[in-house]
Amino acid sequence: MSGTPAPAIVKVMLPFHLRRLAMVEGAVLVAVSGPVTIASVLDALETAHPNLTGTIRDHGTQKRRAFVRFFACQQDLSLQSPDAPLPEAVARGTEPFLVVGAIAGG
Amino acid sequence: MTGVRVLVGTKKGAFILTSDGKRKTWDVAGPHFAGWELYHLKGSPVDSNRIYASQSSGWFGQIIQRSNDGGKTWEMPGTAPGTELKSPEGFPKGESNKFVYDVSSKTGKPLTTHMWYDGSQHPWEFKRVWHLEPSLTDPDICYAGVEDAALFKTKDGGKTWNELAGLRGHGTGPKWQPGAGGLCLHTILLDPKNPKRIYIAISAAGAFRTDDGGKTWTPINQGLRSEYIPDPNAEIGHCVHHIAMHPSRPDVLFMQKHWDVMRSDNAGDHWREISANLPTDFGFAIDVHAHEPETLYVVPIKSDSEHYPPEGKLRVYRSRDGGAEWQPLTKGLPQKDCFVNVLRDAMAVDTLDKCGVYFGTSGGQVYCSPDGGDNWDAIVRDLPPVWSVEVQTLS
Repeated sequence: MSGTPAPAIVKVMLPFHLRRLAMVEGAVLVAVSGPVTIASVLDALETAHPNLTGTIRDHGTQKRRAFVRFFACQQDLSLQSPDAPLPEAVARGTEPFLVVGAIAGG
Repeated sequence: MTGVRVLVGTKKGAFILTSDGKRKTWDVAGPHFAGWELYHLKGSPVDSNRIYASQSSGWFGQIIQRSNDGGKTWEMPGTAPGTELKSPEGFPKGESNKFVYDVSSKTGKPLTTHMWYDGSQHPWEFKRVWHLEPSLTDPDICYAGVEDAALFKTKDGGKTWNELAGLRGHGTGPKWQPGAGGLCLHTILLDPKNPKRIYIAISAAGAFRTDDGGKTWTPINQGLRSEYIPDPNAEIGHCVHHIAMHPSRPDVLFMQKHWDVMRSDNAGDHWREISANLPTDFGFAIDVHAHEPETLYVVPIKSDSEHYPPEGKLRVYRSRDGGAEWQPLTKGLPQKDCFVNVLRDAMAVDTLDKCGVYFGTSGGQVYCSPDGGDNWDAIVRDLPPVWSVEVQTLS
């Protein structure tokens, strides 16, 4: 039977500040249609939680904010292209995609 | 019953302190927005339940929060017009608010550069909202002073913000330079007698005035002298720390500059020094008694770079003659081993019959004098470093 593939359910772990802002506890599950990339995961996250828009990526440029990093599967993905595929385990939902505030005092 | 509500912004959240008209016992609520920096909170003069708050983080950017019940509950108002602020599941939907410099051909100005610390030119980049100034007549209108320096305005209760680009596009922008805290627009004064007139101040560019509601701006820095710029009497480049006015006399302005306390009697056209017998003319905060337009308050701070009270004595200085002579106020304030700072937006007055004066410190204390400065007591002593203090007089 053909048809549209089911969306991937990606587990996103947010830092404390953003969990408080979005009023969520624990992991956030987001449905991603099409390729699972940093950009598509963040698009889905911001669709589900619009008040996170601008807190992870700049409103205008869509670039990652300077003190935000992306980890998954013990890898630092912060500098990879936002359109590059995320690890398969993230797309399967068995490993989380972590949004992390850089350790910078405060 | 009359009372007061003190809105305190700190490095790690907001606190709301309330008391009756006696201002002896206090309820402390907070922290709101724990862990975030609250540069400023301010209530609407025409609706005391409407409060705007600037919540920001070097990590996660700028959020505007709004309360419609005096700070009990908060919402992010940045949704599209007509949409709900919460999802059916109860999650907040309002976006963090967009502060985008207006570069449109119709209302905007090109994004130019400003001076960097080393004298080179640096691109204009939005960082945070330093100060929120609600309209004197409409609770849905509010102005925001931001870093890098610009003035924004909302007409819809904080859902959308638009830049009044005439200020940034004044033409002197390449001469504006950041102070130690950044290139920030930190002071906004609305003229209660002339709705088209607004005063603002920028560190370190100086003071500006508009007489046409923000379309065009005039530098108002004549009489200021600053030894830390190549031409001490230049039109632009002065590190103005704060300006205060009494609403009954909006043409009379009082300024705490990086060094020098100044006064203008003609809407900023010319300034003269009123530092007089102050132990140091450096400081950040300045305010005016609610019922005595010639009674002023400052907190002298030792500088350069120390930024704590001279001799470790925390003293508010009061002048009852518009700055000709200053008197130290010490009763109830620590007079030894005190090395805190009092920042520019961290002093305020209430409008009760006996004017209350308030200020917060970098050590986390918020002090109140219920009698115009004669006697002081700490409302709280152990908050995070205090960025701002505003007071609402409730009837």
